[in-house]
Amino acid sequence: MSAGARVLDSSRVDTHQGGILYVEGVSVAFDGFKALDDLNLYLDEGELRCIIGPNGAGKTTLMDVITGKTRPDTGTIFFGSNVDLTTLEEHEIVNAGIGRKFQTPTVFEQHSVLENLEVAAKANKRVWSSLFGTTSAVVRDKILEVAETVGLAQTLDRQAGNLSHGQKQWLEIGMLLAQDPMLLLVDEPVAGMSQHEVERTGELLSGLAGSHTVVVVEHDMEFIRSIARKVTVLHQGRVIAEGEMDDVQQNPDVVEVYLGE
Amino acid sequence: MKLPGFMAIVITMAFAGVEVRAEEAPDFNEALQGLGSKSRTTILKSIDQLSELNDPRSLSALEALLGKRLRSDDHDGLFIVDESGEIFVDALTGEEVRVDPDSLKTPRINNRVRRSLKPLIARLRLRNPDVSIRLAAAEELENRPSADAADSIRLALEEESDQTVRNVLEVALARIELKSDDPQLRLGAVEVLGEHGDRNQEAELVALLDQNEDGQFAESDPAVREAAQSAIQRIQRTAFLNDMAGHFFYGLSLASVLLLAALGLAITFGLMGVINMAHGEMLMLGAYTTYVVIGLFEQHLLAWLDWYLLIAVPTAFLVCAAVGMLLERGVIRFLYGRPLETLLATWGISLVLIQTVRLTFGAQNVEVANPSWLSGGYEILSGVVLPWSRIAIVMFSITTVAVVWWLLQRTRLGLYVRAVTQNREMAAGLGIATSRIDMLTFGLGSGIAGLGGVALSQVGNVGPELGRSYIVDSFMVVVLGGVGNIMGTVVAALGLGVLNKFLEPVSGAVLGKIFVLGFLILFIQRRPQGIFALKGRAAEA
Amino acid sequence: MPELHTGRHPMHSARAWWLLACFVAIAAVMVPVFNLVPDEDSIWKLPDFLIPLFGKFICYAIVALAIDLIWGYAGILSLGHGVFFALGGYAMGMYLMRSIGTEGVYGNELPDFMVFLDWKELPWFWYGFEYFAFAFSMALVVPGALAFGFGWLAFRSRITGVYFSIITQAMTFAFMLLFFRNDTGFGGNNGLTDFKRILGISLQEPGTRVGLYVVSVIALLGTYLACRYIVCSKLGRLVTAVRDAETKLRFTGYDPLQYKLFVWTFSAVLCGLAGALYVPQVGIINPSEMQPANSIEMAIWVAVGGRGTLVGAVAGAWLVNATKSWFTVAAPETWLYVLGGTFILVTLFAPRGLVGLLESVRLRGRADSTSPTGSEEVDP
Ligand SMILES: Nc1ncnc2c1ncn2[C@@H]1O[C@H](COP(=O)(O)OP(=O)(O)OP(=O)(O)O)[C@@H](O)[C@H]1O
Ligand SMILES: [Mg+2]
Repeated sequence: MSAGARVLDSSRVDTHQGGILYVEGVSVAFDGFKALDDLNLYLDEGELRCIIGPNGAGKTTLMDVITGKTRPDTGTIFFGSNVDLTTLEEHEIVNAGIGRKFQTPTVFEQHSVLENLEVAAKANKRVWSSLFGTTSAVVRDKILEVAETVGLAQTLDRQAGNLSHGQKQWLEIGMLLAQDPMLLLVDEPVAGMSQHEVERTGELLSGLAGSHTVVVVEHDMEFIRSIARKVTVLHQGRVIAEGEMDDVQQNPDVVEVYLGE
Repeated sequence: MKLPGFMAIVITMAFAGVEVRAEEAPDFNEALQGLGSKSRTTILKSIDQLSELNDPRSLSALEALLGKRLRSDDHDGLFIVDESGEIFVDALTGEEVRVDPDSLKTPRINNRVRRSLKPLIARLRLRNPDVSIRLAAAEELENRPSADAADSIRLALEEESDQTVRNVLEVALARIELKSDDPQLRLGAVEVLGEHGDRNQEAELVALLDQNEDGQFAESDPAVREAAQSAIQRIQRTAFLNDMAGHFFYGLSLASVLLLAALGLAITFGLMGVINMAHGEMLMLGAYTTYVVIGLFEQHLLAWLDWYLLIAVPTAFLVCAAVGMLLERGVIRFLYGRPLETLLATWGISLVLIQTVRLTFGAQNVEVANPSWLSGGYEILSGVVLPWSRIAIVMFSITTVAVVWWLLQRTRLGLYVRAVTQNREMAAGLGIATSRIDMLTFGLGSGIAGLGGVALSQVGNVGPELGRSYIVDSFMVVVLGGVGNIMGTVVAALGLGVLNKFLEPVSGAVLGKIFVLGFLILFIQRRPQGIFALKGRAAEA
Repeated sequence: MPELHTGRHPMHSARAWWLLACFVAIAAVMVPVFNLVPDEDSIWKLPDFLIPLFGKFICYAIVALAIDLIWGYAGILSLGHGVFFALGGYAMGMYLMRSIGTEGVYGNELPDFMVFLDWKELPWFWYGFEYFAFAFSMALVVPGALAFGFGWLAFRSRITGVYFSIITQAMTFAFMLLFFRNDTGFGGNNGLTDFKRILGISLQEPGTRVGLYVVSVIALLGTYLACRYIVCSKLGRLVTAVRDAETKLRFTGYDPLQYKLFVWTFSAVLCGLAGALYVPQVGIINPSEMQPANSIEMAIWVAVGGRGTLVGAVAGAWLVNATKSWFTVAAPETWLYVLGGTFILVTLFAPRGLVGLLESVRLRGRADSTSPTGSEEVDP
């Protein structure tokens, strides 16, 4: 059994060396088009990392390869120093402790807000315990707490499909929180949110950093600036710059990519 | 085992020869008159004499004897009556005569007489100017080799110019010479059989290699045996190739039918995402349209009956396209984006269509006759006859695919169709009348199925459930080919058709079909997107 | 604000439990009593021929529940459930065949059709079917195993939607062809029939018929409760999540394959059970049960009643089949029009079936009167 194969809970992820995600030499091609090109990315535990880049830079694809939705053609992806993500299936990666919010909000439209959160909540996710098990009081409290955090405590019985776009965004963030992953991948969280909500989201994500590792993909520079500590710039599937927001903005390559368009 | 019988024949013939030679050359008239005799022995003797005279004038009398149209009176008169039984001709002079039919007797013949009559008639017919009669005669001789015929065959071979007839004659001669005493002749015969022979002659060659209890070969000459050995191999090889060619062709024609059935489906399912369970019924409607068109021709345009297909093809297309468009407007357009419900609703439509046809035309199969220019077939190799109707279907489906491809890839309509299928809102935004395009696309798909129906009517029965037997197969073709992919559909139809026909002889038709379905189910597991997978984000939806 | 349930939701309100109990009392007690107790010509007498007919309907209701579970809740439309039903039926039919013993037309140990085919020995796959317990468990195991294998292959390759429907149709078609062959060993196109007795009791006795009917009612009750248990559990909600957003569920940490496979296999087993109960009551099983058309018809029962609600599925099965029984006698020519029309009209105008229609009527009534009526049983 190779290191980390079939890890089903996050306690088995080894982060003693401080790193939580090691993406090395990853390439992905679609019909010859290189969406990711020999990409390297390292994340430290507890970090909040922002990833920016023009449209089509490969940001979503990067999240796809980390979460197993797309398999890399070459390269390795390790979660902690021992879990090889390229050998795991999507749901196993989730159970290992990686949560993801999609670019377009997806929730279970036919279910109530409460049920959405309950489905997401950390639990044994196998068939038998879903059939015969019950949800413990601890989990229930956690769900209610999350609902409070994302401002949906008053709408728990609403059908998720009837929520507004922004509320769905919040619900999806809430589901991510209920899942309580070690690593959160958040793709464009503030699209479609009001200024006030953008601020709240920023606070929420900043607050999570430290106890969690957070990766945020955004186009909204204002928002990035408000939360960013370290920024990675992707372009044509490669990392062209990495560092503090101000340094990165001075980087001639980055300037060219953004202004050259 | 075979030898004694064979020897007996040789001996009898030898004596017969001797007997005839002892007499004067028989008189033609006398010999001919003998055919009208009451005694079968006399008839047989006359036949022998005529056989020796080998005079073409005797042919019509001999044919008449075989066809029970020969009459004799009590005064050595011999007459041939025509099929209608009213016109009598003198057998000797060939002139029409008036006689009292009641005074005439019909000479009675038995199988023994028939056996000696047939080869003689065939021999005489070999001189007929009509190639097809000569061919039939040659085949008759090939099937009933008799030593008498050898000389006439040699003679005929000298004059024969048609290659097919020559081949048959050579085989016929070889079969006779195989029994000759001369090893040299036998050797030649074996070689000829190896070259032109088929499965029928294989047994004869195999018999040469038989050994009796004493270890003696039926064929004494080792050289002949060796030649026989290699001739057998050659025959088997040709037979095998013929079989393969036959399977391939029948597979091809099945593939063409499948393709016509599936092509429309590839358009409605592949391009529009609509599962049309009533698609098979479009085939059925196309076939019934053909039936109706024939009926109309028979009533009003009997002289042009042979050309009914020229009308049936466009009519079937239009009828089915119209029904298809009606369905699209009336039902399917309300169900876009709900594929499973579309599936059920169209199944309902198919029930209604089937029942309507059943009540209109009856539950029994109706027969659709091929036009005369499509009956018969073309023999590519001996034993492999390709029926014209199937050849026509192959051509027809190739043409249809080409036209459809052209329509979709090279015309404005095709461009719109592809635009709408890729992004409906965007296309609408660009001013394309999407709902009109939907209707036309659906009409096109259904119309093509109608064409498939015309094709089906040419090779099989037409009944209300006709479509049912093709629907599973055509879905398989579409799924296998990769949805929305015309090229994939063609390849999948070809593959399935040919695979089916090659499996049939090995496993029987039903098991073959089961294997194919099983294979498909497994194949789809491996490549859910079909042979030509759509790639990219679109495929994930 | 209504109560917020997490974990297992309660299966029924007290009122719904009462309704269920009443129904069971009528079906399992009143029907037999009215059949057996009154005299032949009494107006209270329930005619004998109705008992197997009702029994048939009960079996169909089990099938409808099975299909509803997989289609209504998990969103997977099977066009091949007829196979599972027929396999269950064949397993029971084989037992019934074997228990004819030497009383067949040929007086042979072997079933008549084997004697007719000049077979000398029982094929190996008929071994053990002389025992009821074995045959009955096979009626559940064989459909279950087939469904498991098929489902595992299909779901693993992430075949969904209409693709899945189409290959299930191909599956039932292939099985039908297979069973039509004489050499397959299940009686060819005549199937298995001319049964004499079950568990040593003659099938002709009125008591046997009533007994089988009551057993079917109990099986239906069990099936209903099991399905209800499933859809009220968290698994029920996960299965609907598979239907609505499978990818999202996967990224929430669940393996949709396991969930689909579970309901799919369970559904097939239920069909096998229905088939096993059906065959002794109708007295025949043959390959035409595997016709693709039959399986599609099963789907329409559920669509008519209202998929996604268990009560709807059962009601749909009864309504469609009662209509069918009436039409095929009274106006056989129009039956296909009625059926075809049902397919079209239900999908166009009542996508949520009768239950959906009733609900919208009730909601409108409630909106008009603004007085809250008692909380009826509403399926999750
Ligand atoms: N499944 C796929 N098939 C084909 N091409 C793909 C696929 N997924 C991504 N791509 C291509 O890879 C490139 C990177 O896409 P990606 O979605 O990662 O960009 P992005 O950085 O997230 O852009 P945006 O900011 O617009 O969301 C794009 O050119 C896209 O077209
Ligand atoms: Mg993106």
